[in-house]
Amino acid sequence: MAEHYSSFDRSGRRWLLQRLTAVFLIGTLAFHFFLLHFVNHAAEIEFAGTQARMSEVGYFSLMVLFLVAATFHGVNGVYNALVNMGLEGTRKRVVGGVLAFSGVLLIAQGIRVAFAMAGVI
Amino acid sequence: MSETYNRGTVEDVGRWTEFSAGMWAWIFHKFTGWVLVGYLFTHIAVLSTATASDPTVYNQTLSGLESLLVVRILEVGLLAVAVFHILNGIRLLLVDLGIGLQAQDKSFYASLILTGAIAVASVPTFLAGAF
Repeated sequence: MAEHYSSFDRSGRRWLLQRLTAVFLIGTLAFHFFLLHFVNHAAEIEFAGTQARMSEVGYFSLMVLFLVAATFHGVNGVYNALVNMGLEGTRKRVVGGVLAFSGVLLIAQGIRVAFAMAGVI
Repeated sequence: MSETYNRGTVEDVGRWTEFSAGMWAWIFHKFTGWVLVGYLFTHIAVLSTATASDPTVYNQTLSGLESLLVVRILEVGLLAVAVFHILNGIRLLLVDLGIGLQAQDKSFYASLILTGAIAVASVPTFLAGAF
């Protein structure tokens, strides 16, 4: 067995971003789950509490960064999985474009929701 | 000089009984990843409709969903999926950094056991008030 293994790809910007977002998401996903299921039980959450949390700049910024990181990590993960399954050529370009567009739409809509939760719109 | 083992392709699921720990880890990481990205899109869609009008709609949407036992059970499932993806993700990051390759099968089993323990321990919290 190899003494050292790494999937590191020096030319891969997406490779690095996938791992950087992974590290960020380990903390934020655990925090999100813990805060909204264990500290505040999901069944007891009301708009007033959500608005109070989202009105704090730090929390709001963290949630927006969480959305952006999770969307990139998820959409790029799906793309990698499909390429790994043999996607190539025109199909690869079309699927990549559709996934990138879906990701941008999700981030835009997610930010809209975040502003609605903060009571800004 | 490194040794390599030809275990065949993981996509050949018909021979799943021959799969090694690493191949199961690969399959579980892919499966939990698909579930999480699917949930992310669904989560934003539900929150979009819940925040589209006045706050009472948001409160009714959340209390309505939380009143369903199936939603509470699915939440435990979602936690299990997220915890496994996080723990196995840490395992993958460490292996990529050259740490723990020799124990990658043991760290996969540890991820599974810890996921199971956290999911079971969370059941009382998720099911509180559901009956």
